[in-house]
Amino acid sequence: MKSLAELAAIREKMQSKVNIRENGATMKVVVGMATCGISAGARPVLNAFVEGVANAGLTGKVSVSQTGCIGICQYEPVVEVFSGEEKVTYVNMTTEKVAKVIEDHIKNGKVVTEYTIGAATK
Amino acid sequence: MKELSLNILDIAMNSVKAGASLISIKIDESDDKLLITITDDGCGMSEDMVKRVTDPFCTTRTTRKVGLGIPFYKLAAEQTGGKLEINSKTKENNDAVSGTEVKALFMKNHIDCLPLGDIISTVCTLIQGSPDINFEFSHKYNNEVYLSTAEMRQILGDIPLNSPDVLVWVREYLNEQYESF
Repeated sequence: MKSLAELAAIREKMQSKVNIRENGATMKVVVGMATCGISAGARPVLNAFVEGVANAGLTGKVSVSQTGCIGICQYEPVVEVFSGEEKVTYVNMTTEKVAKVIEDHIKNGKVVTEYTIGAATK
Repeated sequence: MKELSLNILDIAMNSVKAGASLISIKIDESDDKLLITITDDGCGMSEDMVKRVTDPFCTTRTTRKVGLGIPFYKLAAEQTGGKLEINSKTKENNDAVSGTEVKALFMKNHIDCLPLGDIISTVCTLIQGSPDINFEFSHKYNNEVYLSTAEMRQILGDIPLNSPDVLVWVREYLNEQYESF
């Protein structure tokens, strides 16, 4: 049985990790979660990023957050990946595409060009 | 929207934007009815605004604050023979507390009633996106599925609610409750 008491164990475990987390995130993943995004399938995309980043052991290095309407509703689900000054906009995202973006872009710094807005508008 | 749980996520996002510190999502289910009540203690809306938010043509043109979310939700309820009701209070109306309540009634057995869908993902998504807001979730049918982030916070102390381990726990905790639902 899952119980609230288990959270105490999570707390113990996390407090020992505080030092590692203080470096701050170097990469930021932002998922559009307005009506347009949600209706186009942004919820599974967001959850795939949350799980994928955690499974890759990148918690603390890569942050995953939500935002409102980015203004390009026809391309939802839209995901923006920020690293330093650079921003890459991925469009028409799916959970399958998320796996590749995590592997190629987040882990190895190689932008998945075919999923970007530049490729979609050509 | 393909699932009511996506509508719930969308409507609760309005509460987040309204600056709420507590958002409550209650689902009361009987054999033929489904009542979804989303309540927040955010800034609230004026009477005029409450009238306008259900109209897609008016709201989308005059403000970006709400948009199509509420019209979609209203449609989802009315197409089952149900209804949508919004009550809201602002501090300007000299009410002591502000906030909004969105109540949607669905006739479960109507052919056009959408499935509730993945409500656990909706709860996880809300907590992930707004770890500093408190959420209360309750789904009653024969039993009750219940989660309160305020209770979680008491145990977690300053550990953020959007930590991956905590989110995994939320998912499993709700999953387990639904297994005996």
